[in-house]
Amino acid sequence: MSNFPFLSVLTVAPLVGALVVALLPRRSPDLAKLVAFAWSLLVLVLSVAMWIAFQVDGDRFQFRESYAWIPNWGVNFTFAADGIALVMLMLIAILVPLVILASWHDAESSKRSVPVYFALLLVLECTMIGVFAAADVFLFYVFFEVMLVPMYFLIGSYGGHQRQYAAVKFFLYSLVGGLFMLAAVIGLWVVGGKTFDWQALSQAEIPTDTARWLFLGFFLAFAIKAPFFPFHTWLPDAGGAAPAGAAALLVGVLDKVGTFGILRYCLPLFPEASKWFAPWALALGVIGIIYAALLAVGQNDLKRLVSYTSIAHFGFIGVGIFAFTTQAGTGAVLYMLNHGLATGLLFLVVGMLIARRGSALISDFGGAGKLVPVLAGVLFFAGLASLALPGTAPFISEFLVLIGTFTTNKPVAVIATLGIILAAAYVLWMVQRTTQGTLNPALTEVDGMRRDLSLREKVVVAPLIALIVLLGFYPKPVTDVINPAVKATMQDVGRTDPAPEVGSVQEAAK
Amino acid sequence: MDEILTYAAAEPTGAVTFAPASGLLGSVWLLVAIPLVSAAILLLLGRRADRWGHWLGVGAIGAAFVLGLTYFLQLRGLENKQVQLSLWQFITVGDLKVDFGLLFDPLAAVFVLLITGVGFLIHLYAVEYMAHDEGRRRFFGYFNLFVAAMLLLVLGNNYVMLYFGWEGVGLASYLLISFWYGRPSAATAGKKAFLMNRVGDAGLAIGIFVLFAQLGTTQYDEVFSGVGALSQTTVLVLGLLLLLGATGKSGQFPLQAWLPDAMEGPTPVSALIHAATMVTAGVYLIARSNPIFSANATLQLVVVSVGAVTLLMGCLIGAAKDDIKRVLAWSTVSQIGYMFLGVGLGGGAYALAIVHLLAHGFFKANMFLGAGSVMHGMNDQVDIRRFGNLAKYMKVTWLTFMMCWLAIIGIPPLSGYFSKEPIIATAFERGDWTSWLFGGAALLGAGLTAFYMTRLFVLTFHGPARWTEDIEHPHESPKLMTIPLILLAIGSVGAGFLLSTSVPDWLTATAGLGGEHPEHEPVLAHWLITALSLLVTVLGAGLAWMLFRNGTATEPQPAGVLVTAARRNLYTDAFNEAVFEKPGIFLTRALVFLDNRGVDGLVNGLAAAVGGGSGRLRRLQTGFVRSYATSILTGALLVVAAFLAVQAGWLA
Repeated sequence: MSNFPFLSVLTVAPLVGALVVALLPRRSPDLAKLVAFAWSLLVLVLSVAMWIAFQVDGDRFQFRESYAWIPNWGVNFTFAADGIALVMLMLIAILVPLVILASWHDAESSKRSVPVYFALLLVLECTMIGVFAAADVFLFYVFFEVMLVPMYFLIGSYGGHQRQYAAVKFFLYSLVGGLFMLAAVIGLWVVGGKTFDWQALSQAEIPTDTARWLFLGFFLAFAIKAPFFPFHTWLPDAGGAAPAGAAALLVGVLDKVGTFGILRYCLPLFPEASKWFAPWALALGVIGIIYAALLAVGQNDLKRLVSYTSIAHFGFIGVGIFAFTTQAGTGAVLYMLNHGLATGLLFLVVGMLIARRGSALISDFGGAGKLVPVLAGVLFFAGLASLALPGTAPFISEFLVLIGTFTTNKPVAVIATLGIILAAAYVLWMVQRTTQGTLNPALTEVDGMRRDLSLREKVVVAPLIALIVLLGFYPKPVTDVINPAVKATMQDVGRTDPAPEVGSVQEAAK
Repeated sequence: MDEILTYAAAEPTGAVTFAPASGLLGSVWLLVAIPLVSAAILLLLGRRADRWGHWLGVGAIGAAFVLGLTYFLQLRGLENKQVQLSLWQFITVGDLKVDFGLLFDPLAAVFVLLITGVGFLIHLYAVEYMAHDEGRRRFFGYFNLFVAAMLLLVLGNNYVMLYFGWEGVGLASYLLISFWYGRPSAATAGKKAFLMNRVGDAGLAIGIFVLFAQLGTTQYDEVFSGVGALSQTTVLVLGLLLLLGATGKSGQFPLQAWLPDAMEGPTPVSALIHAATMVTAGVYLIARSNPIFSANATLQLVVVSVGAVTLLMGCLIGAAKDDIKRVLAWSTVSQIGYMFLGVGLGGGAYALAIVHLLAHGFFKANMFLGAGSVMHGMNDQVDIRRFGNLAKYMKVTWLTFMMCWLAIIGIPPLSGYFSKEPIIATAFERGDWTSWLFGGAALLGAGLTAFYMTRLFVLTFHGPARWTEDIEHPHESPKLMTIPLILLAIGSVGAGFLLSTSVPDWLTATAGLGGEHPEHEPVLAHWLITALSLLVTVLGAGLAWMLFRNGTATEPQPAGVLVTAARRNLYTDAFNEAVFEKPGIFLTRALVFLDNRGVDGLVNGLAAAVGGGSGRLRRLQTGFVRSYATSILTGALLVVAAFLAVQAGWLA
């Protein structure tokens, strides 16, 4: 099984599916939905097979494939996955079918074609898989840019209020970042021996100054993508305007390309520059944690609120990456997965609330728990996962990030820990204003608010809830996959975990 | 910070070793699992479980109590009375190894018995109390969830497990305080509790980080064995962080404000969570971490001060409140202050604090349930100015409440006398002038306690009836409610002497609580302290009886500076509002404004300039396709140009 070309097949499969779905007649939207859903399930099955085939103790990069593309420039279709990429690929495979199921009726309100909406979701899946599976820097760059196109149309054509403004803003921000990265990619090619192959480049000797400039080019692109403070302002607009399902993918997966890129490209290719820049990156991360959390408290739009919570969470991921310890690094990668599950769930549930009410404004709700108790319960659970309560998966990742950061940078860890208080504030206040308190009389007049979760919606949320709880109690299967890749990345940077300051306890006991 | 730490050549404390749990004790995880599974069933099955759900909830806690008792008896026969069990690897990354592990030792055992024993009686009571509430099944789901989390808190064998349970009880407490979530006040009280607790939790979390950074472990045995190697500064910082966590959970100064508001929850919640068990978690944390707290005198002084300030504060405010549950809540704050005083004094006083904690669990649970019984018969009235003469109508509630009233004010031979008086006496044994300070505070607190509890008792059960007009015949509660009252009252009457003689002995097998403790000479003779504390008790109670035996005005009366301050919680709420809440809201609003205008505008301008003119961003309705096309084109052109440049060798 391990010789099966998992990564190329996984990348191409959704694209083929997208073509099939797009060619289906516009008059039969239900058929398009079913085909798209079945196709995404197929990708999920294939991904699970890949997860099983992945050898935890094996090579850092597995499933390597390489096909010539533009031999003159040394551009190849090279795919390979380490533990970090594997986890992200799994996240994509899990989220896409659920998003398709959750978006069942979302496209109907728009005047555009329903099959195209689901085809776009599959195209998006293709580009997302490609960007994580690529092991050729140019291929990565191509996916990084192409990924914008399906998302642009998902927001711009099927989104809500101010969708075109949001779509263009999203596009321009990403494009600007992409241009910086392009310059850096070309520069890397020049100084790195005229190759785009990641493994060859990671051995290249690059002069310090050049490496720092190249690092900044990559970092800027990734910081906009992630997004880190102060490049975050496109996300609340895009997240607020995108259809809930697309928003879940945007924040749950797309943004992780930024943090993934830092781990895969910035740290191993420019280790010295990474250490040089680390204090600044930590500062951006910590500011993001506090700043975005305070902003989330002040939001009156559910989707914008969730977007701001995500910016705070990306701050944690950024801190975890640049703390350079295995705990913090593993925590950051685990955070990428857990945030995808938890915030994905939160976006989907919020989408269900908004679809019922016909408004995303928190002030249009109030006391909704009386009308839709199950939905309110799921919203509360998603909120708990978001504030990283023990027993939910995000607790493990947040704890790892903080404890790992504390061993190398105490002030940053302590300030970041204050973020957990603010997280409780924005989640609980949101829950209170939407589902608790006196029932808003306007709600009873809206038909949608009298329907609690349908079977389809329960099928959407149940797997996410189950995964969040399971990984909250037993994260080992995932940490075992992430650990070797993070250790290798830390070795690339040349950092080892600090020893306990008072010597190991075992020695002290003797 | 680390550079300036000087490593004191402290004597390494004796290594702490736990034995592996074998035989019957290998199944100690059932204690957590049974209530947890029951909670999951109750919450997931929904209305399908409405008819029988509450009995499942009661049964789960009953089963846990029986199991707890079995384990307790098993433990008594063991040589090393500290057995631990690792269930699975929880977090294993680099040097950080945290297992999902449990520790069953004498300290954990007494907490297990308190939580499941008192918990069972309160569950039983709640079956009847919540009978007419449509959310009764949900209530028992949350109640079981709480017990599971609390048991995990006391049974964990490392600080991460403790934190796991710690946040779990915070969640359950939130759910139960805002159980009637349709009431804005209940929703707000729940949120306030969770937030203030999270402030403490952040302290506890950082404490755990310190442990890992310093010692590379969070396991109790390894931490306690390694404390001796830590510098005094580290121990102080570590202890203060743990103390912050403890004050949050236990409603101690400065994080006390959430506890009285927590009375918005149903009364059984107040009895179990906000009196008998969860709020004592802070005492547990300090007692469990005694090797850390005993290692630094300044740290102990801070703990003692927190205890003394809080116990006086609780008494003063409790004396000025008219809501029966809030008086009891402030009384809880004050009594836990005594426990903090005890654990802060250290040495033999750790055990005294635990004894008081157990005794308090009985009498305070009973008083809350008694208050619930009174409310049950009085159309949910909570204002003690609107009670009076209820002794005649609610014989069982009255008698059981009387037992516990006498117990809490410390009349021999009831339990409070055996549990509180030794703490007062020990406070006089600090060996320097602080003996007078803390001993005096504890003594004054005893007098005040007698005053406000007598006021509560007399105004509720004696004197003329001052009922609202809708009350015609107050009635005694049904048997399912009075039986728990009777059993808890028996506990309060009989257990005092038993606890005070057996528990300290039993606890010596807990890590750090055994061994000899250096005792200072008391500044006063012990018999004199006993006599004084009885004297102030009788004075306080007598004064209250004189003042309130003929009832009181049913409307608020003008009052002096002190009483007004006490009615307003000594302005602590006003302080929080002025210093944290209002600036916080202002900051949030200012940032939202800034983010939309400033940061966004700045970066927008930059992006727009690069992406094809800011006009495009403003005229999106017509310009977006062009803008998009231009962007793509720009990108493509750049790619081509760059490659041409490379090919031509310009960049190489």
